[in-house]
Amino acid sequence: MSGGSVAMRLKPPRERRAGTAAWAASWLRANLFDTWTNTLLTLLVVAAAALILPPLWRWGVAHATLSGTTRAACRGGGACWTFIRVRLPLFFYGHYPAAARWRVDLSFVLLAVFAAPVLRTRTRRRGLAVLLLVTLFPALAAVLLAGGVFGLMPVETNAWGGLMLDVVIAFVTVAGSLPLGVLLALGRRSHLPVVRALAIGFIELWRGVPLLTVLFMSAVMVPLFLPQGVSLDRLVRALVALILFNAAYMAEVVRGGLQGVPPGQQEAAFSLGLGWWRMQALVVLPQALRIAVPAIVNTVVDLFKDTTLVSIVGLADLLGVVSQALKDPAWLGFPTEGYVFAAAMFFVCCFAMSAYGRRIERQLAAGR
Amino acid sequence: MSSRPSRRARAGQWLLLAAVAGCAWYLAHTAAANLRRHDMGFGFGFLLDHANFDIPFRLIAWHDGDTYLRALLLCVLNTLLVSALAIVAATAGGLLVGIMRLSRNWLVRHIALVFVELVRNTPQLVQIIFWYVAVLQTLPGPRQSFVLPLGALLNVRGLYLPVLRAGDFTGALAALAAVALAAALLLRRRLGARGLIAPALLAAACLASAAGLQRPALRGFNVAGGVQVPPELVALWAGLSLYAAAFIAEIVRAAILAVERGQREAAASLGLRPAQVLRRVVLPQALRVMVPPLTSQYLNIIKSSSLGAAVAYPELFQIFAGTVLNQSGREVETIVILMAIFLAISLLTSAGMNWYNRRVALVGH
Amino acid sequence: MTGIVKRAAMIGALAAALLGFAGSARAQAPADSPTLKAVKGRGQLVCGVDTGIPGYAYQDAGGTWQGLDVAWCRAIADAVLGAPDKVKFIGTTSKERFSVLKSGEIDVLIRDSEYSFIRNTQLGLDEPAVNFYTGQTFMVRKSLNVAHLPELNGATICVLTGTTLETNIADYNRAHNIKINTLLFERPEEAFAAADAGRCDGYTDDGGSVAAARSTMKRPGDWMFLPETIGGLEPLGAFTRQGDEAWTRLVKWVHFAMLEAEILGITRADAMDRAKDPKDPDLRRFFGLDGDFGKLLGVDNQWALRIARDIGNYGEVYEATFGGSGLGLPRGMNNLFDHGGLQALPTWH
Repeated sequence: MSGGSVAMRLKPPRERRAGTAAWAASWLRANLFDTWTNTLLTLLVVAAAALILPPLWRWGVAHATLSGTTRAACRGGGACWTFIRVRLPLFFYGHYPAAARWRVDLSFVLLAVFAAPVLRTRTRRRGLAVLLLVTLFPALAAVLLAGGVFGLMPVETNAWGGLMLDVVIAFVTVAGSLPLGVLLALGRRSHLPVVRALAIGFIELWRGVPLLTVLFMSAVMVPLFLPQGVSLDRLVRALVALILFNAAYMAEVVRGGLQGVPPGQQEAAFSLGLGWWRMQALVVLPQALRIAVPAIVNTVVDLFKDTTLVSIVGLADLLGVVSQALKDPAWLGFPTEGYVFAAAMFFVCCFAMSAYGRRIERQLAAGR
Repeated sequence: MSSRPSRRARAGQWLLLAAVAGCAWYLAHTAAANLRRHDMGFGFGFLLDHANFDIPFRLIAWHDGDTYLRALLLCVLNTLLVSALAIVAATAGGLLVGIMRLSRNWLVRHIALVFVELVRNTPQLVQIIFWYVAVLQTLPGPRQSFVLPLGALLNVRGLYLPVLRAGDFTGALAALAAVALAAALLLRRRLGARGLIAPALLAAACLASAAGLQRPALRGFNVAGGVQVPPELVALWAGLSLYAAAFIAEIVRAAILAVERGQREAAASLGLRPAQVLRRVVLPQALRVMVPPLTSQYLNIIKSSSLGAAVAYPELFQIFAGTVLNQSGREVETIVILMAIFLAISLLTSAGMNWYNRRVALVGH
Repeated sequence: MTGIVKRAAMIGALAAALLGFAGSARAQAPADSPTLKAVKGRGQLVCGVDTGIPGYAYQDAGGTWQGLDVAWCRAIADAVLGAPDKVKFIGTTSKERFSVLKSGEIDVLIRDSEYSFIRNTQLGLDEPAVNFYTGQTFMVRKSLNVAHLPELNGATICVLTGTTLETNIADYNRAHNIKINTLLFERPEEAFAAADAGRCDGYTDDGGSVAAARSTMKRPGDWMFLPETIGGLEPLGAFTRQGDEAWTRLVKWVHFAMLEAEILGITRADAMDRAKDPKDPDLRRFFGLDGDFGKLLGVDNQWALRIARDIGNYGEVYEATFGGSGLGLPRGMNNLFDHGGLQALPTWH
């Protein structure tokens, strides 16, 4: 389930001439009607669009219903977005208590505040920003979300759900799997045969099995490996499984970055008398990770999409609560609306991340 | 690296190994103690026990009294079937969309782009469930089936295709045609396209010898006769193929762009038409760049086939982690089997693709 | 139907007797239970229930758990911890439910799960008491014009995977030399949707779940239940881990307390009034005024009073979940033994 490469952007030839109409005409001629085959293709595409788009528009917008509070409101013949609207809190927060939802909102605001300096291309102390994002922020968010201290009402993890759960899972998994992946990548390139064999074994084992079996193992088999009386929260168990699984993919991505660092860098660092760990930490890894950023972003997008799989092992993520809502007797018959909504939510998040990854890749390419 | 690992590091690695082995021993020990506490054994003997359930969709026969081991075989075949179908479709679709992405036609180019972005940025599980629930389940019931050419039927229960009723010589002719086709492929250097004449004639004779078409028809509750393609298979196949096709399209596009411009211009200057340039010059070279990332997409398809559990497709995960686990109560064994089989399929696929990779690399130079 | 009920009644009485007396015969010392100790230490009961099925256990629009199984969980918490809301509900899928119980993640599993020989012996689980007697029921569209189960030969039925249902159908097919096809689903949501869309000719599960399924159909009136049930009587109830008899006993007697309350006619509304110095020895025992019944279970003597006051008697709970105020399923086999049903209990003295 790992991603392909972030593609380079293709620049169509473009000539601007004076006068918009003339420019448009020449653009059309150059891009749509330059040869017979192209003209035919253009007509085919236009015909197909004329066939598909109007009904889609009528269903999704023109004849759709958004107002009202019961399914009786939906009689336009189009989509019933009312179903989505009245359940928005459920889809975003799951069964998180309504009185405490501000804590989720605040956590998201904090996430934005902490993530912004890391994501900005020109940040002076990126190292510090990353450190805060993976230490201070999770601590604050954990206190806010779980509660139980500072007079905050405790909220069990089995009340967490909806899109919020997907984001929590994705964040924790990235924060946990990236460091582990770096260690594994270094291990795989190590000259120590035992370390290398262990790293390769670990990576190939996880990459060879489906995520679903790994999640299922976390739900069913992990408890058997814990001593009597010790039990782990099921969300924590799923997180551990996701971290181990994704660490293997991160390792391969980081390894790609490591291979992009010129060997001369290591030799220079070595001749300066730096030890192996300091050489990796100060010289090699910063360069390797910078090269690997676009691929890491791809892995994060894949991971975010895969958080939907937790719905199969009984956690109520966005897809899980949508499926549950679909069998509510008061709101039967809107599976298309439900799944389209879930897909759209994921699309917005993933597309934004992919676009960010592409931008970084362009900057890297320009800097080379 | 210029530096050899220090003695301390070399000693350290054995410590690491000891730590890992210690952890593994501790976990195994705890698990054994837990199993003992619940009066549960460990072993694979249950595979020979009688499996008392039905597998709704299968490629080979399944009878009462068959063992869990045979159930395992059936599920593996189901997993391989949907994976193979999806790999073929995803490769073809990815190639098409990848080429569309580079089309000179603005509309074609951007439609391909929209497809790729839409598919790559939504979860695969949502797509599979969408195909199943929101598309295939809106088809009419068996009594109101759509009738397709040749008597094929399409309804909410699936697509029912007519099959050939074998005549006296059909089997023998089909075998001969297969042999001739294999020979033509083996000797294609010497025979070229002429080699295909014999298999084509034999195949035509095979079709002619058939006693007729067995058309599906409504009988009782369901459509009987013909071959049923269940919607579960179609939904999973569509979800797997479209998703992988979007990724393969980007691989194809990057590979084509990686073929030097000079190659294309040289071919064009020889008077080849654009389609010929693509087929004879660009794609063969792009193939070499494509094989390693393609391998990882194929592996993804195989692993993602376990999502069939969400749409009732009886594949390895659904039957083994569901019915078998629940009837036998053997968590550890079933999960070990599941993981081992997926690992084996993955390793075999990558070995095969590596072999192919070496071959295209050799042929190219 | 009467034949089945009669047979079921006999089995049920036998089962109740076995469950009741075999368990209590061994009950010498007052409770020394690791699970009970853990629950008290934690101040919370962890109860494994269904991920969401009307009737048994589901979260209402406000996120509160409701249902017959849920009521039992709350009653246990009420008995042990003195408050019905000190429960953490864990929704478990049919695949993982027993693993989750065995691992100790939950204290008790009350998840519309059938009692069976294999589960009792091979899976190492105790089966304290049955809160819902049913049989595997088939629901089909009325338009199919099918009146009896054997007529379903050749039909396709939607089933949930990881259950005893598949085995029952395989057995029935073999015994009657017919072929009812199955389509196996992971989650009820997809199974319900597939049945409603016509992918299957019907849906099968235990009687309670089928009633729940019918309530989610687009037109519930288009569907009917077939009169036959297969796989014999299906007793659904709680599961506990073997090796903790005291805990198993407590879980069992919490259910019996809800039955006793119904026999004595104690309801949520009048429990407090009737506990004010009653004369009837049965009532005095129930309210903990005579004897040390609570102590013997490892809880205080007002445990049954609290259950009656906070949860209500079994009949009230049934009425709110499966009965007239719920899914509209007649009480049938789940009537008290003196009303022709199977819900029976040992005496208290």
